[in-house]
Amino acid sequence: METDIAIRARDLSKKFGALRAVDNLNLTVNHRQVYGFLGPNGSGKSTSIRMLCGLLTPSAGEIEVLGLRIPEQAEELRRHIGYMTQQFSLFTDLTLRENLDFLAAVQNLPSAQARQRVEELLQEYGFAGRAEQMAATLSGGQKQRLALAGSVIHKPELLFLDEPTSAVDPESRRDFWEKLFELADAGTTILVSSHYMDEAERCHRLAILDHGRLVADGSPAALTGALEGRTLEVRAERPRHAKQVLLQVPGVISAAQIGNSLRVLCEETDDCAARIERAFGERQVRAEVRPTVPSLEDVFVAATSQAPEEPVGEGS
Amino acid sequence: MNWRRLWAVVIKELRQLRRDRITLGMIVGVPIVQLMLFGYAINLNPRHLPAAIADQAQTSGSRQLVMDLLATGVIEPVANARSPQQLMIMLRRGEISVGVVIPRDFERRRTQGEEAVQVLVDGSDTVVQNAAIQLAQMPLTYVPAQPRGAAGRGASVPLPQLPISVVAFYNPQRVSAINIVPGLIGIILTMTMVMFTAISIVRERERGNMELLIATPVSSAELMLGKVLPYGVIGLIQTSLVLLAGVLLFQVPIRGSLLDVYWSAILLILANLSLGLLISTRAQSQFQAMQMTFFVFVPSILLSGFMFPFEGMPKPAQWIAEFLPLTHFLRLIRGVMLRGADLSELWPDWLALVVFIVLMMTLAIARFRKRLD
Ligand SMILES: Nc1ncnc2c1ncn2[C@@H]1O[C@H](COP(=O)(O)OP(=O)(O)OP(=O)(O)O)[C@@H](O)[C@H]1O
Ligand SMILES: [Mg+2]
Repeated sequence: METDIAIRARDLSKKFGALRAVDNLNLTVNHRQVYGFLGPNGSGKSTSIRMLCGLLTPSAGEIEVLGLRIPEQAEELRRHIGYMTQQFSLFTDLTLRENLDFLAAVQNLPSAQARQRVEELLQEYGFAGRAEQMAATLSGGQKQRLALAGSVIHKPELLFLDEPTSAVDPESRRDFWEKLFELADAGTTILVSSHYMDEAERCHRLAILDHGRLVADGSPAALTGALEGRTLEVRAERPRHAKQVLLQVPGVISAAQIGNSLRVLCEETDDCAARIERAFGERQVRAEVRPTVPSLEDVFVAATSQAPEEPVGEGS
Repeated sequence: MNWRRLWAVVIKELRQLRRDRITLGMIVGVPIVQLMLFGYAINLNPRHLPAAIADQAQTSGSRQLVMDLLATGVIEPVANARSPQQLMIMLRRGEISVGVVIPRDFERRRTQGEEAVQVLVDGSDTVVQNAAIQLAQMPLTYVPAQPRGAAGRGASVPLPQLPISVVAFYNPQRVSAINIVPGLIGIILTMTMVMFTAISIVRERERGNMELLIATPVSSAELMLGKVLPYGVIGLIQTSLVLLAGVLLFQVPIRGSLLDVYWSAILLILANLSLGLLISTRAQSQFQAMQMTFFVFVPSILLSGFMFPFEGMPKPAQWIAEFLPLTHFLRLIRGVMLRGADLSELWPDWLALVVFIVLMMTLAIARFRKRLD
C-alpha cells in the first residue's frame, strides 16, 4: 500500500571524495515499524540516517520521507521528525529542564503546553527530582535517555535514533527498548541503528549495511530462516586447534569460539558438515559436529563477510 | 522569523554564558586590563623624558623658552649641562633621552627665522624621537605676547616643519589617555565581539550541538540573531565600563551627546558581531576562528588610526582601512567625544558601518546552511 510507506530511498549514494560511504542503497520503511539498521563501524549507518533527515545532501538517488522530497523539502520535514544523534548533542552546560525547555520552544510548543510536556517527560524518563542537574553530570546511559526524551518532545511521527544504546547497560537497554515500543504502539515509526544483536532481534525489520551497501534486508525471522542448515556447532577437546583446521575447510565462512564449543557458519553447500568431519578425521581432531539454529549474529557475519566485488572504502 | 524560537535561543545563550566563567571574566577583564595597559603603561605620547638643557644664550627669551619646554611636561630636567658635547656624552651613556641646546646667537637666529634651537634625541627610540620632533615645533612658533592657541597661525616666524597635527590640536596637553580611551572602546569591542560570536557558533559545531540544532525547525536567521542579541548587550556593558573608567580615572571628556556615543558603539558592535558570524560559517575549529579573528584584529589596530595617524599612512593602507569597521568607529567616537560633533555631521562613517552590517549579516545568514556538508 503506497500510503503506508514512511521512508523510501532509491539508489541512494553518498561520496566523500573517493570514498563511497553509502553505495546504491534501496530502502523502504513502513509506518509504525521499528526498523533496525545494522552494520560494522564505518558501514554508512550514520551517513544514511543524516541523508534521510536532510542533513547531508546525497550524491545520487532519491529520498521520500513522510511524502516529502528530501533534501528539497527538508525544512518541512523537520517539524515531523525527531533525531537522536550518535554523539550526545544536548547542551552539557544547561540543566535537564533547561535543555528540554529549549527544545520545546524550538519545536514551537505553546508555553503552557511546553511546561506540561517537559514535566511529563521528566517523570516518564526517570528524571523526577533531578531536573535542575547539569546535563554534563549525567552518566552515559542517562544522557542517552535524556536525548531520547528531547527527541520526542514534539511527539514526532518519525524517529531517527543513531546508536541510542551504545554505553548503556543491558538492564537500561531493555528499559530503553520498552520506551521505543511504547512510542511505536503510539504510532511512531522508528529507524534505529545498533551494534547489538539482541536489539536487532526486537526490530520488525532489519537492514544490514556493509561498506555502504545494503547486504541484507528483511524481518529477523526471515533473515535467520534463510540461513537454515548453514550453521553448525562443533564441540572439540581443543577448540583452538579445531578452529584452525576448520578455517581451512572450503565452504566455511567463519568459526567463532564460544566457551568450549565453536559456532561455524558455512556457505550454501550441502556437504559442509561432511567435509568438516572428513577434515577432522584426517587431522585427528576429536570433535562432535551438529547442526544448530541460526542466529542474527550468523546473519550479520554471513552478510558482512562477503567480500565486496570491488574494493571500496577503507579497505578493512 | 518566529519570536518564541528566537527568544529561546537568546535565553539559552544567556544561560550558557552565565555559567562560562572564563568568558564572563573576559567580558569584564579585557576592558579593565586594556584600559590600564593603554591608559597608564603604554604611553604613546611620552611624558617626563629625562632631559638636560644647555642654555648658552641666557637671555630672557631663552629662559622663557626653557620654562615653556618644561611646561609641556614632555621632558624633565635631570642634569645640568653647559655644552652640546656634554649633552652628547650624557645621551650616549643613557642618562638622558633628550638634550636641548640653545646657542649663544639664539636671539639673532630667532628674528631671522633660522633654526634657533637644537634638540638632540636618543634616536634609537622612535617614540622619543617623535616626541622630540613635536617639542621642536612648539617653541619656534611661540611668541610670548600672544595666547598659545593662536600662536601657530599669528606668528611672523615661518613654521620650520609640518603644522601641529589635528589630534594634538584637540589634546593640547598631550594627555594620551584622552585620545586613547575613546579608541579603546573600539579596540575592545573589535577584539571581543568578533571572537565571542565566531567561537560560540564554532564551539556548538565542535561539541555536536549543531547537528541537533539543524535537525530542528529553528531557522538560520533565528540562530544567528539569537547569538547576536545577547552579545550585543555585553558589548554595551563593556562600552559603559570603559566610558565610566575613562571618565573617572582619566578625566576623559564626553563633549558630544552620550546617546550618540552609544549609537556609535551599537553600530560597531553589530558590525563586529556580523563579521564574527561570517567567520563562524567558514571556521572548522575554535582555533581557526581565533586565527581569523586576529586576521581582522591586527590590521584594525594598526590601520584604523588608533596607533598611527590615518593621514600619515600610505594610500593603499588607507584604502584597506576604509573596509575596517574600527576606522569608521574611531572617526565617529573621536568626533562625538572629543570634538563634540553631532552624529548627523558624521554621516559618511555611520553609513559605512550600516552598509557593512547589512552586508556581513546577509552573507552570514546566506552562507550558514542547515546542512552538515
Ligand atoms: N564528513 C565526512 N567526511 C568524510 N568522510 C566521512 C564523513 N562522514 C563519514 N565519513 C566516512 O564515511 C564512512 C561511513 O561513516 P558512518 O559514520 O556513516 O559510519 P557508521 O556506520 O555510522 O559507523 P559507526 O558504527 O562507527 O557509527 C566512514 O568511512 C567515514 O569515515
Ligand atoms: Mg554512526
